[in-house]
Amino acid sequence: MRFLITFVIALLPAASAAANGVEVPVIYLKQQEVQPPTLSNLDPPPADLGETGAQLGLADNRTTGGFLGHSYSLEAISVPEDGDFAAAVRTALSRSKLLILDAPKPALLAAADLPEAQNALLFNSASPDTGLRSGDCRRNLLHSLPSDLMRSDALMQFALSKRWTGLALISGSHPQDQAFAAALRQSAAKFGLEITAEQTWDYGADMRRNAAQEVPLMSQELGRHDLLLVADELQDFARYLPYNTWLPRPVAGSEGLVPTAWAPVVEQWGAAQLQSRFQELAGRKMLARDYAAWAAMRTIGEAVTRTNSAGAAVLRSFILSDSFELAGFKGRPLSYRRWNGQLRQPIPLATPRALAAQAPLPGFLHQHSELDTLGLDEPESRCGAFQ
Amino acid sequence: MTSIAKPLAALAFSALLAPAATLDAAEIWVTNEKDDTISVIDIATLEVVRTIETGERPRGITFSKDFSKAYVCASDSDTVQVLDAATGEILHELPSGEDPEQFVLHPNDRHLYIANEDDAVTTVVDTETRKVVAQINVGIEPEGMAVSPDGKIAITTSETTNMAHWIDTDTQQLFANTLVDSRPRHAEFTAGGSALWVSSEIGGTITVFDTATQTETGKISFDVKGVHPDRVQPVGFAFTADEKTAFVALGPSNHIAVVNAGTLEVEDYILVGRRVWHMAFSPDKSLLFTTNGVSGDVTVIDTAKRQALKSIKVGRFPWGAALRP
Repeated sequence: MRFLITFVIALLPAASAAANGVEVPVIYLKQQEVQPPTLSNLDPPPADLGETGAQLGLADNRTTGGFLGHSYSLEAISVPEDGDFAAAVRTALSRSKLLILDAPKPALLAAADLPEAQNALLFNSASPDTGLRSGDCRRNLLHSLPSDLMRSDALMQFALSKRWTGLALISGSHPQDQAFAAALRQSAAKFGLEITAEQTWDYGADMRRNAAQEVPLMSQELGRHDLLLVADELQDFARYLPYNTWLPRPVAGSEGLVPTAWAPVVEQWGAAQLQSRFQELAGRKMLARDYAAWAAMRTIGEAVTRTNSAGAAVLRSFILSDSFELAGFKGRPLSYRRWNGQLRQPIPLATPRALAAQAPLPGFLHQHSELDTLGLDEPESRCGAFQ
Repeated sequence: MTSIAKPLAALAFSALLAPAATLDAAEIWVTNEKDDTISVIDIATLEVVRTIETGERPRGITFSKDFSKAYVCASDSDTVQVLDAATGEILHELPSGEDPEQFVLHPNDRHLYIANEDDAVTTVVDTETRKVVAQINVGIEPEGMAVSPDGKIAITTSETTNMAHWIDTDTQQLFANTLVDSRPRHAEFTAGGSALWVSSEIGGTITVFDTATQTETGKISFDVKGVHPDRVQPVGFAFTADEKTAFVALGPSNHIAVVNAGTLEVEDYILVGRRVWHMAFSPDKSLLFTTNGVSGDVTVIDTAKRQALKSIKVGRFPWGAALRP
């Protein structure tokens, strides 16, 4: 469309709005972590994972802000592997009370417990830890990434709707794998499904060479099942399971059919536009943590737009109110659970090439919102900080 | 739909009484987003009588004031195609900006106001000189387009910015930006141009504005029995000839709402096909044709009885609809 450029009338939003001038500085802090080695080198996690999602949210917010006199900025801070995350957060809090945090649970808790953070609004965009939405919740910490339990509930709804009632589970040994495996067990029990056999992945061999020999033998021991679950959150071994198992069974969990906050195959509900905006900005596909960081940034933007304020307390109370709704390209409005600060959202069930389904699936009902059939509902959460 | 015969017979009877010109050759043109075609429905027989090939991902569709030409947004071809309305032949293409989704033809019959969904821009094209007259920066994902009856104001709604942008058509500049609920999809002027309605898909509402002051004067909410409010998502809508009633497509709730435009109360809900999106009336507005994207069909509604008469299979993902009388 280059020929159009000469006709472009650059009409940046009229002065009418710029008068009230609300400044909204947001800081994104990432704790760098040691990545354990994985069998395959095919898909290293992108270095800008998460941060670019926040950048896209910034661009979206700025467009709206331009018409309203709200000016947004985003500063990204990377804390080295051995760095002091809480200290970095303390410094950041002197410049902004609106932070998006990409860090593991202990670092998040240390940040949220800082005296300087008590009147701040923090977003967890990277930890799926279910405890953070339960007994370890913090009043000033909201969660834009779904918990492990929201993902496992989504998968179990799908398994039940297919009547795949016999399940087997192979889990990795990393804490993240074990946490997701625990969520899968809890969800299976919740929906009346049975995990009849379990194995822990402890094979040292190089699966790239001999998956076809090792996996059939190993999976033979699992006995009869309808669906093979796999908890391999660091993407170490699970990619070698499909088509190599003793019984011809679908694989789901961390591989195969994956319940996730976001996947590049989500294209309905206007999602194609979000995907193409992200691709243009990042030069790669949008992943779950990108989506969570985008959603955190857009949550701030939506609340500033509607309240005309950048105060953390004003925004928090609006975000947790009935008036808040975020258009998150998943077909229905997103909102926050008032009992634990979790962003209520549908969970795509994605294969590498298509969206197989999106939870909540039809028939899973709830007295308030079907979205609350995923993850910790009010009576289940032991979070008391939001009362 | 076992009782189609009776309303159809009634319809055929009323067709006999009506002046021949209004029903004889009248057609509804439906764009099929995922088939790259237009299905042409004959209003007299309620059947698809021809299928016209278009560019990629046809969505918005409208006719020139004399109905000799059809304009079609071929979104993925980044162009607006101009078709001979009699033959369906593509005459030429207009520069439209990237990813044109929806547009509106100014009362002057010359200027098309086009929402460029991927580009946060509204493009104004002169259909005679085939040149771009102006591009106006608007919010993210512009979609809904409207123009006031006197032609002085054009509206773009932006889905992610959640605003109606008010364009002065003399200067081609924005003079107001008003917030609405989440994901505004469609806009229409009513009451002689004194009011503007904007539907918000995710917000689940229609906001009513006073045109003179651009202030909100009312809001319409919907409640479809047995459907969770999250799935009641207003998109396209259209007014009856007297403008006392509006028909509102409610997306994945698979219903059309019938709204009293005076009281802003919903009077009725009509079950149609899946993910109902846009609509067009027959010439005398006795029939309404709704595009149902997911079920790939068009529902025909008797507007007086407020009943669905028939489903007509069209192409994949029907999106827009326009009347050719």
